[in-house]
Amino acid sequence: MGKTLSEKLLARAAGAGEVKAGDIIWADVDVAMMDDILGPRVEVAQGMAEIRDHVWDTNKVVIISDHYTPPATIPQAEIVKFTRDWAAAHGIKNYYEFVGPCHQIMVENGHVLPGKLVLGTDSHTCMGGALGAFASGVGSTEMLGILISGKTWLKVPETIKVTWNNKLPGGVMAKDLSLKTISVIGHSGATYKTIEYVGDTIASLPIDERLCICNMAVEMGAKTGIIPADESTLSYLRAQGVKAEMPCLRSDADAEFSASLDFDARTLEPLVACPHAVDNVQPAACCGEVIHQAYLGSCTGGRYYDLAAALKLLKGKKIAKNVRLLVSPASRSIWNQAQSSGILSALSEAGATILAPTCGVCVGVHSGLLAAGECCISASNRNFIGRMGSREARIFLGSPLTVAASAVTGRITDPRELL
Amino acid sequence: MYQTLKGKALKYGDNINTDIISPPQYMELSVEKASAYAMQAVDPAFSARVESGDIFVAGHNLGSGSSRETSPLSLKYLGIAAVVAKSFARIFYRNCINIGLTAIECPETDAIFDGDVLEIDAEQGAIYNVSRAQRYSCGIIPGHIMKIIRSGGLRGLLIKQYGGK
Repeated sequence: MGKTLSEKLLARAAGAGEVKAGDIIWADVDVAMMDDILGPRVEVAQGMAEIRDHVWDTNKVVIISDHYTPPATIPQAEIVKFTRDWAAAHGIKNYYEFVGPCHQIMVENGHVLPGKLVLGTDSHTCMGGALGAFASGVGSTEMLGILISGKTWLKVPETIKVTWNNKLPGGVMAKDLSLKTISVIGHSGATYKTIEYVGDTIASLPIDERLCICNMAVEMGAKTGIIPADESTLSYLRAQGVKAEMPCLRSDADAEFSASLDFDARTLEPLVACPHAVDNVQPAACCGEVIHQAYLGSCTGGRYYDLAAALKLLKGKKIAKNVRLLVSPASRSIWNQAQSSGILSALSEAGATILAPTCGVCVGVHSGLLAAGECCISASNRNFIGRMGSREARIFLGSPLTVAASAVTGRITDPRELL
Repeated sequence: MYQTLKGKALKYGDNINTDIISPPQYMELSVEKASAYAMQAVDPAFSARVESGDIFVAGHNLGSGSSRETSPLSLKYLGIAAVVAKSFARIFYRNCINIGLTAIECPETDAIFDGDVLEIDAEQGAIYNVSRAQRYSCGIIPGHIMKIIRSGGLRGLLIKQYGGK
């Protein structure tokens, strides 16, 4: 019997000849990532103080202050300071702050490579699977164990194979593909499993779009979402200066999958996830909900490709009078790139407010919270009740194009009406 | 050795996610302070009604969403002694075990009502509903997880393995 990509990656991490779905393994962690909100401050610092004063390998730890940057309150500022000081005290050279959401910083700086086991204290760590890594979220105490021992236990997951073939129609983005998949699998339909995305649609997508897809695997309960590394992956990483040998592994043709789902991209249309569940999906064209805020940003929808797509729709237009369009590029490097190419000033001319690269809006902790009764269309990944502010606010999730179109009309709009 | 737990059920439905248990707007506070806001999106009275030793009972997909350990930490701080659900989101489940909060998967939580008195035997994988004289079989917790539970959580196990400073 052949092996799935996850079985191959975890066999390597376990130092075993082979493993199969269901096995419990002790895996060597290649990269351990912490953020500010759930990093050292939660259980980790206290546990380390009690057990051991040094991490197992300072080169394998990355710490990124992103949720509370720039801080809106004194407690937030204290958390960022604590994180910074803890990183320095423990000799962590890979410390970043104020440069954007951790998952984007990880993939932009060579911390996520094909074949590696990457675990982080944020559920969307699974985004790294888009580069062919085995990447997953863990809690803070589990991170404590990793920082001490370099290992953790994992159950080798079964894999759901999701195949998308054919070209995405105009006005349709990877976010729509992701939402469609989530609507079919359901918000807990992949619990404990890997979702492996394959097919010619996926293979032809730029890395920015692949990252959006794997980012949302956890919205189905998945342990990770993964896309086999290929030439596009290698060129993306080599462009960052990565020189290491990178394996391009795939699942074997006779590997055993717990389910296989096939989708045709030609019939896909712009979709939105309606309150308060990510799998509550309907066509953007049917929605029509009046919005107050449109958010283009986050580790899901703030990459260069997303900003460029939004601008294509917004160029020469103005956003609706009663709408604020908040734009937070997903990293400083994207911010700079979009600044140099004129995207940011053009978005601003259309009426957008350009923010720092940050997690703040998506998780409702600063830079643009919602009041009771307000409605937001967001390019981010979660629309749970109360997430972006008031529990009496409503959040719809859509593609960057849908966010831009809705900002122009003031109601949730299928972007194809304006393209 | 792990002790049998006995407590009163606080019953909720499906898909109680981590944003509900641990609202992001209060995460900058300490767990002690933030726990006052736990579950406020669905039950603003939650933190006031929890009594020490209570058992949190839910339906499917308990703890979906974020990896935030502040969710089970808030429940534990308020006095919740165990969580029982038909199914768990995986990170939340691991977090509960790792912080020493017993988590039991039980397919029959529909039979449990708010206020029922439950006895949980994690070693045997069984829940006894004292109020209704019903016994629910929950499956045996795997050995590597039971080892963490018996140590009172992962930190306890790490101290055993690596010693305190």
